[in-house]
Amino acid sequence: MEITIKIFRYDPEKDTRGHYETYVVEGDTNDRVLDVLELVKGKTDGSLAFRRSCAHGICGSDAMRINGRNHLACKTLVRDVGTNITVEPVLGLKVQKDLIVDMGPFFDNYKMMLPYLINENPPPADGKERLQSPEQRARFDETTKCILCAACTTSCPSYWANGDYYGPAAIVTAHRFIFDSRDEGASQRLHILSETDGTARCHTAYNCTEACPRDIKITKAIGEVKMAMVTGKLD
Amino acid sequence: MAKVHQFDVVVIGGGGAGLMAGLYASKSAKTAVISKMYPTRSHTGAAQGGISAALGNYEEDKPEWHMYDTVKGSDYLGDQDAIEFMCNEAIDAVLELEHMGLPFDRTPEGRISQRPFGGHTNNETGKPVRRAAHAADRTGHMILQTLYQQCLKNKVNFFDEYQVLDFIMVNGKAAGVVAVELSTGELHTIHAKAVIFATGGYGRIFEVTSNAYAYTGDGPAILFRHGIPLEDMEFFQFHPTGIYKLGILITEGARGEGAVLINGNGERFMPKYAPTVKDLASRDIVSRAIYTEIKEGRGIGGKNFVYLDIRPETVNKFAAMDGRTNPDGSPLLITGDTVLQKIPDIVDFCRVYLGVDPVTQLMPTQPTAHYAMGGIPTNKFGEVVIDDKNTVFPGLFAAGECACVSVHGANRLGTNSLLDIVVFGKHAGLRAAEYAKTAEFEKLPEDAESASRAEFDALRKGSGKENVYDLSNEMKQVMFADVGIYRNEKDMQTALEKVRELKVRFKDVTVSDTGKIFNTELLNAWEFGNLLDVAEVIALSALNRKESRGGHSREDFPDRDDKNWLKHSLVWNRNGKLEIGYKPVVITKHQPKARVY
Ligand SMILES: Cc1cc2nc3c(=O)[nH]c(=O)nc-3n(C[C@H](O)[C@H](O)[C@H](O)COP(=O)(O)OP(=O)(O)OC[C@H]3O[C@@H](n4cnc5c(N)ncnc54)[C@H](O)[C@@H]3O)c2cc1C
Ligand code: SF4
Ligand code: FES
Repeated sequence: MEITIKIFRYDPEKDTRGHYETYVVEGDTNDRVLDVLELVKGKTDGSLAFRRSCAHGICGSDAMRINGRNHLACKTLVRDVGTNITVEPVLGLKVQKDLIVDMGPFFDNYKMMLPYLINENPPPADGKERLQSPEQRARFDETTKCILCAACTTSCPSYWANGDYYGPAAIVTAHRFIFDSRDEGASQRLHILSETDGTARCHTAYNCTEACPRDIKITKAIGEVKMAMVTGKLD
Repeated sequence: MAKVHQFDVVVIGGGGAGLMAGLYASKSAKTAVISKMYPTRSHTGAAQGGISAALGNYEEDKPEWHMYDTVKGSDYLGDQDAIEFMCNEAIDAVLELEHMGLPFDRTPEGRISQRPFGGHTNNETGKPVRRAAHAADRTGHMILQTLYQQCLKNKVNFFDEYQVLDFIMVNGKAAGVVAVELSTGELHTIHAKAVIFATGGYGRIFEVTSNAYAYTGDGPAILFRHGIPLEDMEFFQFHPTGIYKLGILITEGARGEGAVLINGNGERFMPKYAPTVKDLASRDIVSRAIYTEIKEGRGIGGKNFVYLDIRPETVNKFAAMDGRTNPDGSPLLITGDTVLQKIPDIVDFCRVYLGVDPVTQLMPTQPTAHYAMGGIPTNKFGEVVIDDKNTVFPGLFAAGECACVSVHGANRLGTNSLLDIVVFGKHAGLRAAEYAKTAEFEKLPEDAESASRAEFDALRKGSGKENVYDLSNEMKQVMFADVGIYRNEKDMQTALEKVRELKVRFKDVTVSDTGKIFNTELLNAWEFGNLLDVAEVIALSALNRKESRGGHSREDFPDRDDKNWLKHSLVWNRNGKLEIGYKPVVITKHQPKARVY
């Protein structure tokens, strides 16, 4: 079948601003949007630039706007979005070329969350694992799934309005550690998030939760972090 | 002029092996980790099922059993000193990951949970043993995240989205690498005393694969062009259960949790091929069984796939017949919720890509090209060794899937690769830092980047008669069809000739994008050149090995031949001519015997 794909193009070495190009390719309803992009790049215009690696929604490389909403191109099938497809870079991060945006600020926010287990006590004397019950482990399971694709943060109106906001993805990372029974850095992270660019900027628009390709209930996680800030409790 | 940076140790690759190497090297040496993708995008993140260690958290297990299973799984081609070393280090390695914060699933007592996997057995009863430590079906994702986080905590230097193009050697020693910064197109020279390659695999040579686009064999190809040999390249693992047509992996953990394979007649066929462990036999055996079922007309609807069935009623029926039990001794009984909880990502893949719900429907699967057992030859300290006498190349190290230690021999056991990257990544990092302590920086050549620049220029100057996308499809098809699960002289000869023809035609491609910023067209073309070089070595090595062993199954030589072939293959590039040699297998505790599951 014929698929018409309209793609945002911008080459900083040639263009003063972005424009759209439309391509028509032969494909199948079961093709991923990523397959369609590969076909355009492989057969029609090699200069088309986008990131991709795993091709099955696990590495977080290819978040982009597909028909106006954030998706991973490799996890979106033609049958889900139809044969008239518009593809654009995510919003809120600087476009470097075509569908590639500058991920630097996104990873900087991630790093602000002290994204590593904080526990200065030595591990158990027998050298074995720190114990954690299945219930304690389940408490933060949801937020361990994050692949840092930025689909959430770049769909957030508060982030668009103010690029200093750490954004939902960073809070998801903070949540993953705050609610880990082995971690002792919760107060430091809650303190960071209680500053002006932290959770206060979240106005529960739910865009993030809808955008997340890992089905993480982001708004709920942010709510739990806000609650912990108020009550000082981590359960 | 390129920008020059100086580090004691430079690590190429930000996957599990590279991060572990970077973490350990940076403890005592000035270290940089270079990765062509943000490290969290590395393919370690795709690993699902688990990492093996004889923790014995549910039932008795020992490193000696782990060792024997690995030796047997390798079809006796693995080096037993290295295997013993890895299995002994396994327990501490997994516990260290836990201490770093890795969120393993837990047993009711709060210990690390473990699940059965293909080829993991209690050596006394022959029954499957729970050895694979796991975090749902995203163990690799959690390893990658945790190691990256530890690197951030320890302030490791990263060069994200820099692609290494060349290795600099001076006076027969490592002196650094040349890399291109993707966002600017600028070339950089990284001057170093020790260089560690950890670039992952090269499954993109094959049409149906579980491997990422980035798996293009850059490390092995770069070193091969510099005269470093590649070892055991004929051994490539085809995983039995890839999603039909797409190749996306369905973890062996699914069968660990009780799923079974079903043919077109609705029969469970694995008991015919592996009477004791059945669906949990080693991967090479299960893949060949599927292939045989398909060839004999028992694929689904006569097509080239079979079903994987994890519907609770099926699992419970066969688990009762097999006498499978839970850790507490009660009969294994699963529900739809168990499936959702144990393999959530697999359920998601099936729903998204197939429109199939594994709780109530069957999953169409076929073998998928999965893992490179061969690679850059190293010893157990990650030092690259360049001949049959294991002579060390000073300052050059390799770890992870791009390396061949060899702990996987002719067939890797599931969960042993995550273990391999953690153990040998660490030791490569330690050894490289130690080397850097006494070594001097070699003087850089005048124009270290000239070779890289020439490679790029060539790709820009071709006639444009050929197109990389098409050439690449031709390579993948011929390699999958003719150097795949079953092989024979005639087909492999065809494949080798085809790859050589493609190498000639590759000279006629041209890159249309003349820009510098994110010129992915240029880099993809360059990567395709690497795949071609590696494919040629694979086809040649496979053609040369006249026996069947592990992942290498020849219709014309169906038996293992220990008398003539119990040896590693090495292939060198001597100024464009490929030369084949051998080196002995290290056998310590386990003499080769027939391999029955
Ligand atoms: C779907 C899937 C499931 C798996 N499941 C399991 C499992 O359950 N258990 C198990 O033990 N094993 C499993 N494996 C195998 C295992 O995951 C891999 O073998 C292992 O993770 C490889 O790690 P690595 O560090 O060697 O490579 P990777 O993690 O792939 O890292 C390679 C790195 O090298 C970088 N790189 C490559 N080329 C260049 C270059 N030219 N310049 C700069 N950087 C470069 C990349 O950016 C990347 O950071 C699985 C594999 C797949 C594909
Ligand atoms: S929370 Fe979801 S959408 Fe946001 S970065 Fe993580 S995986 Fe992507
Ligand atoms: S390519 Fe990896 S998430 Fe899409």
